[in-house]
Amino acid sequence: MSFEQSAGLETGPGIALAGLGASNAQGRRWPPRVPEDPLPDCVPDDLVEAIARRQDREAFKRLFAAFAPRVKAFARRRGAETQVAEDLAQDVMLTVWRRAAQFDRRKASASTWIFTIARNRRIDMMRREARPAFDAEDPSLQAEAEPSADESLAERRREGDLRRAVARLPETQSQLLRLAYFEDKSHGVIAEELDLPLGTVKSRIRLAMHKLRQMLKEDE
Amino acid sequence: MPAYHPGSELLMDYASGALPEPVALLVASHVSLCRACQGEVARLEALGGALFDALEGEPLAEEALDRALARLEVPESLEAVAPLPCGGRTDPRVPLPLGDYLESDLDTLPWKNRGGVGEVALLTGFPGIRTRLLRVKAGAALPQHTHEGAEYTLLLTGGFSDDTGHYRRGDLAIADASIDHKPIADEGEDCICLAVTDAPLRLTGRFGRYLNFLARL
Repeated sequence: MSFEQSAGLETGPGIALAGLGASNAQGRRWPPRVPEDPLPDCVPDDLVEAIARRQDREAFKRLFAAFAPRVKAFARRRGAETQVAEDLAQDVMLTVWRRAAQFDRRKASASTWIFTIARNRRIDMMRREARPAFDAEDPSLQAEAEPSADESLAERRREGDLRRAVARLPETQSQLLRLAYFEDKSHGVIAEELDLPLGTVKSRIRLAMHKLRQMLKEDE
Repeated sequence: MPAYHPGSELLMDYASGALPEPVALLVASHVSLCRACQGEVARLEALGGALFDALEGEPLAEEALDRALARLEVPESLEAVAPLPCGGRTDPRVPLPLGDYLESDLDTLPWKNRGGVGEVALLTGFPGIRTRLLRVKAGAALPQHTHEGAEYTLLLTGGFSDDTGHYRRGDLAIADASIDHKPIADEGEDCICLAVTDAPLRLTGRFGRYLNFLARL
């Protein structure tokens, strides 16, 4: 019996996010298959929690559709071959499935959580290439000491503000931030590519960070 | 609370995953000892999440989802290969991220003596980057040296001083080619640190130049 079936049988209808995991190919069980999106209001946070609570394969499919292509793009931008980037996407999504219970929406959004998993698993994969005998669990998932609950909550509230602030940055600045985050390039290489002096790149990245901080302060 | 921290550029490179593993390990170890940097890293990771959200995805191979679904039911233990050694986790002096990379607690590691300095090599698969635990006897001095690249030193026990400051547990000392220093360990406790250098040390003292010459042969 698959997880999907067992989850459906055990929890039945009426659970939060009704319909997650209860549909099947034959469409015999509740709820009946509907043509439109069965989970219209589910944000990624809910989907990860659905996996944590009842190993919800439908939620996984949705997360996979939303995030696996981004993980692949992230890996490609960091210089990975297509196949390696595909493997990383697989690996990250599998980690999301297995570690879903560790996700805590009070600390970070699902996108941030998945982004940090992608970052950490990419490091693991590169180590595997360098040292075949030295394969890994994910050491960095438990890297940092736990901040207090109050601090986590405050961080989480700020995350929404941060997101809005990033959207309001001028394109030149958000472009630089994207380069700094998603290209496997030192600030020096970025400078060459943009045909700017290194000092200018550094000061522009600093400026972008400064601007973000200011926008966050204004929001408070 | 540590007094010497990674600069914001280094923290950003850590948060975004741009650092090679040895430097990432060093930064993660500092961060796990430093409340201030934890907050900063959380913010930088959230920024990464926001940028990640806005990233345009690349379509996957057609059968990618089916492949993933098929793997969901494979028990993890059947897939996992040799895990990290994790032997340092029980040693309270070892920051959590570093604990996973050590065979044992600090005292029972296979220290090699190199000119009075104890040394354990870690993460040896990275060409051009040396990652080591170093142990200097309390009160002892290191030969004067400079660096061709950067040297990152995270203090785990004891302390040391040089021209740039006095470093204690959790502090991150960063030296580059412009720094010609002669660190001296504090009295009282052996100084153990995690050191990552991205180019060989260049010894500059009178005796050092000689050693340097030998090292190149």
